[in-house]
Amino acid sequence: MTFAHLPALEVVVPLMAAPLTVLIRRSSAAWAIAAAACAFSFVAALLLAAEVAAHGPISYHIGSWAPPWGIEYRVDALSAFVLVLVSGMATVVVPYAWRSVAAELPRDQVYLYYTMSCLCLAGLLGMTITGDAFNLFVFMEISSLSSYVLIALGRDRRAQYAAYQYLVLGTIGATFYVIGIGILYLATGTLNIADLAQRLQHVENLRPVLAGLAFITVGVSLKLALYPLHLWLPNAYTYAPSAVTAFLSATGTKVSVYVLLRFYFSVFGLQLVAERLPMREILLALSIVAIASASLVALYQTDLKRLFAYSSVAQIGYITLGTSMASRDGLTAAVVHLFNHGVTKGALFLLLGGVALRAGRAGLDRVRGLGRTMPLTSLGIVIAGLSLIGIPGTAGFVSKWYLALAAIEAGRWWLAAFVVATSLIALAYVWRFVEAAYLCEPDEKTPEPGEAPLMMLVPAWVLVAACIYFGFDTSYTVEGARRAALLLLGAAH
Amino acid sequence: MSVAGHFSYWATILLMVAGLYIVIARGNLVKKLIGLSIFQTSVYLLYIAPGKLIGGTAPIISPAFKVYSNPLPHVLILTAIVVGVATLALGLALVVRIQEAYGSIEEDEILAADRAGGDEE
Repeated sequence: MTFAHLPALEVVVPLMAAPLTVLIRRSSAAWAIAAAACAFSFVAALLLAAEVAAHGPISYHIGSWAPPWGIEYRVDALSAFVLVLVSGMATVVVPYAWRSVAAELPRDQVYLYYTMSCLCLAGLLGMTITGDAFNLFVFMEISSLSSYVLIALGRDRRAQYAAYQYLVLGTIGATFYVIGIGILYLATGTLNIADLAQRLQHVENLRPVLAGLAFITVGVSLKLALYPLHLWLPNAYTYAPSAVTAFLSATGTKVSVYVLLRFYFSVFGLQLVAERLPMREILLALSIVAIASASLVALYQTDLKRLFAYSSVAQIGYITLGTSMASRDGLTAAVVHLFNHGVTKGALFLLLGGVALRAGRAGLDRVRGLGRTMPLTSLGIVIAGLSLIGIPGTAGFVSKWYLALAAIEAGRWWLAAFVVATSLIALAYVWRFVEAAYLCEPDEKTPEPGEAPLMMLVPAWVLVAACIYFGFDTSYTVEGARRAALLLLGAAH
Repeated sequence: MSVAGHFSYWATILLMVAGLYIVIARGNLVKKLIGLSIFQTSVYLLYIAPGKLIGGTAPIISPAFKVYSNPLPHVLILTAIVVGVATLALGLALVVRIQEAYGSIEEDEILAADRAGGDEE
């Protein structure tokens, strides 16, 4: 009975947990509620993924209204994969937040962090699971509004301005998306994603459909921080509380990538996207610029959080690069990198939160001699950094490998060479941390920071271990991504 | 159809472009939010106007009526209006806090204060 309603509960439980935390207000009780809600959604996501792998896509009709009239929740190979990533990251971040948020926020505001993170989780899961284009907009705004608040919780006053900038750009993005949906609705008369895909094939006047495609592309690209629409990202990631940066960097942009994949391949279809408009070429060009420029900018940052925020813009470039190739290997690379980068960046930002807690701030000048004063934290950063570069034996290597394979398969040797060359830039900016942490003497003026608290170190190391584990055992990630890629390409024909 | 027949679309486009222009061109944070609201309002019109048929009634089946208006866009936009209100409220709340922290709500003054402040906390 309950099992049949799992797709709805996946979203409803975190959504209902949010007002509950406000009513109770005590920060420890709010933490317990948020932890229970996150753990529930993670278990539910795993069960749904197992069910999808065994019996194919699940279609859940909200209120028993049959689609396309009612809202449909749809779990398939791709959405189940993203659901597991998002809810899993939320579950890892919650125990971390106990110490980290208590240290960074005033005591009377701590429960609000848990309210907002539950809402944000509900919004992100809803975006992933829904099969209705307008419902997706509502969930997008739920997750965005709560993430603006989460960013504004940062201690620095610049967090306020970063949140404001993100609010303006994020709202423009969401509004562009909803304009695109409006145009598609005018052309087809439906909002259900599967129904939309079917009816679009019979639309005779393609001009409004192409306009809708353009609006949706720009809107979603703003949300996923595709170059040059990434301007909100570095400030937002730098000044947000550590737990927020870790959660958002691992999930927020990834779910937007999912929406882009969904619209390009499931709704419009490859034919429309690739042949009527040069979307693949545009995406390819923007990805290349994103990877090259953001990696170079990252090289010159002195704040580690900002450095890795720029590196996120570059890594998103790799994901859209895989998308632009639109082949089986290319999409596999995109989806697998979506997962691997989420885990890697999550680990990095969690560890940097520990550095910020002990050293005051995660600046390059503060991490001198960190290899001696915080050995476990620095080792974790180095391992996650290796995964970011794509060294064999780490998760990052797997995604780069498939990306290079896809490039070679498409006959673009230069692109494979480009992927390798830009990984060297990543090596350079990770080396800047290694140099400061291991080759510099600790500052004598600053007191010995000591290792981060266990409650923060353990979740971070769970993700570091995942970086290594998914570098060796690719059966879950690559198989899941391949199934998702086949699903996307199958829908394109 | 004539230009006049597309009147509602012209109004939509005008509001859309004007709103977006205000967001980009104005340095005052409250004015930016006003522009953002106008931009969002244009979308309400984009959805609602095509749903209305001249002479159409609410979709209650009755032999007396032959033409019905589509109620779905109204419901969708009701949701979008709520989202718009929430965004505006949150935006204004952030502007209040920016005013408290910086003593200004002019974009260039805030950026100048950040540059002068450098990296110290």
